[in-house]
Amino acid sequence: MISRDAQKALTTVWLVGPSTLALLAFIVIPVVLVALLSLTNYQFGAAQFEWIGLQNYARLFGSALGQRALINTLLYCAFVIPASVAGGLLVALGLHRMTGWAPRLSKVLRTVYFLPVAATLVALSVAWQMVLHPSLGIVNQALIALGGAQVNWLGDRSLVLITLAVIGIWQTIGYNMVLFLAGLSAIPPELYDATDVDGAADGWARFWTVTWPLLGPTTLFVLVVTATNAFRVFETVATLTKGGPAFASDTLVYAIYREGFIYFKTGYASAIAIVFFAILLVLTLAQFFLAERKVHYR
Amino acid sequence: MPPSPPLSPCLELQNVSRRFGPATVLDQINIRIPAGSFTALLGASGCGKSTTLRLMAGLDRPDAGHIILNGQEVSDRTASERNVAMVFQSYALYPHLSVFQNIALPLTMRHLGKLGRIPGLGRLIPGQAQARADIRTKVHTTAESLGLCPVLHQKPGTLSGGQQQRVALGRALVRDPVLFLLDEPLSNLDARLRLKMRAELVALHQRTSCPFVYVTHDQAEAMAMADQIIVMVAGRIAQAGHPRELYERPAHTDVAAFIGTNTMNFFQPHDPVGALSNNRAGCIIGIRPEHLHPVPDGDFCGHFETAEFLGPETVLGLRLPNGKQITATAPGDFPLPATGHLMRLGADHLHYFDSRSGDRCVGVR
Repeated sequence: MISRDAQKALTTVWLVGPSTLALLAFIVIPVVLVALLSLTNYQFGAAQFEWIGLQNYARLFGSALGQRALINTLLYCAFVIPASVAGGLLVALGLHRMTGWAPRLSKVLRTVYFLPVAATLVALSVAWQMVLHPSLGIVNQALIALGGAQVNWLGDRSLVLITLAVIGIWQTIGYNMVLFLAGLSAIPPELYDATDVDGAADGWARFWTVTWPLLGPTTLFVLVVTATNAFRVFETVATLTKGGPAFASDTLVYAIYREGFIYFKTGYASAIAIVFFAILLVLTLAQFFLAERKVHYR
Repeated sequence: MPPSPPLSPCLELQNVSRRFGPATVLDQINIRIPAGSFTALLGASGCGKSTTLRLMAGLDRPDAGHIILNGQEVSDRTASERNVAMVFQSYALYPHLSVFQNIALPLTMRHLGKLGRIPGLGRLIPGQAQARADIRTKVHTTAESLGLCPVLHQKPGTLSGGQQQRVALGRALVRDPVLFLLDEPLSNLDARLRLKMRAELVALHQRTSCPFVYVTHDQAEAMAMADQIIVMVAGRIAQAGHPRELYERPAHTDVAAFIGTNTMNFFQPHDPVGALSNNRAGCIIGIRPEHLHPVPDGDFCGHFETAEFLGPETVLGLRLPNGKQITATAPGDFPLPATGHLMRLGADHLHYFDSRSGDRCVGVR
């Protein structure tokens, strides 16, 4: 027989052990290995490597190409995060109100907005390629019909990032809308009655008194999810532009892929991955710590 | 004594109807709320009492009829234009605002402009500092009268049910409304607290001298607090009057069944109640359990089945020879017989109702 304390300890090990092992094997150890690799000049398949300290990081932050990828990713996020959060909220508000007078149409529109989330982004990227084709695409056809000039949406260095951002926003709005709709339906309707009685009669006052504050937890979650997804942008870049033209749409994750799996510069790719990891970690922690007090009603 | 009818009622509903799709929820109802009165809207769930309250508040519009508030037609006015206060069943407190901010909200909405409401910036706008100071004083006075001062800076989520109830009352009290509407405000509280808040509400009504309209499905609450009870059944007003009148002269079997702690016994014409049925042939006879006692020379018999000892009295469950269950009362020290024992019962205060319509038969005491 074993003592009661030992039994308890054993139960704990049984319950926590498997997931701890999985976390170690699939997350913690790989992160440590990548962090170590980022300090070497290891190339995939090479027989040996040397420790080169922070040279990989110096190259990422010092070279025009590395800076390009960082700035492109930040610019992409600066477009996509606010636009898709605000857009998702607006669409959700509209559809939520529409359920009152046109429930069927509201349901159909919900499905339409959600389609890009449910479909495979790579397949949709091919569709976008056709839509945005310089001479055959429907967008340019329409532009020309309206008397405009042909635009090379994916081939113009000053435009390509914005085009990708618009596709990103189009893809994210549906997901954010679903989350905001769930948040909206969780707001007790008596609160709106209370604001009516209390004198907040117009829609503007109702929004700022009830809707926006009560959507706080939803908004925080939507922000975190949107931000991490925006920083991870890869599929559209890989299928539509391959980072081009002339690295004008190169992003961090695409750079990891290119350096690591095309040029086999594993050490350098690891350094980019660690920087990417650090940015996401800081962002997520900051959002949670800054917003927690405002969002939880204590 | 019923209060003498005042010259002009504070609120009047004239032939008000409300339909939701094919369902008629309110059918041509007429209600008078006298100034300074405490009116209870009493009825089972689904009878339309909450809809009536929402119409009074301006949260809903009638399909037909007029709503007159202090002599003015207000059917098309919003809740805030009518200046009525309302306490909701779920309290409807703003979870992200402190108790102070919750109570202050009706005042900030009215007395501070759009810009003035923005935190921080509002201080810079001339004329708003005085308004803010006034609001602070009023909120503190209200909170003091409700015993909420210690929790003014907490969020509603951290308060007990009774405290949340008080905050909801405070939010309604802080401005001077022309009418107070309460939608089952005590139904989420435990029994002891409910009794306490009942007394507090009556005291509050006397202090403010503002008319209260109180929706409830609990007849005991209505009887204890109101000076006018309006019993609603299936979207119509079954009877309106002083609690005593409703208890002593119910206009319909529905009202008679609703009013009273123990449900009234109804005897159909064919029930074996001996000499009682000779008084008026073909009528339903209603006898309240508190008016039906075991006596040696009673009018009819029943088999004793159950007893509920309540202290001063005992509620007896009996069964008539034809199987009908009835309720009677006996003094608390009444010696209980064995189950199945035949007891003679005597009644006073008989009510007669038409057996088809259920209406009270006029001219019979």
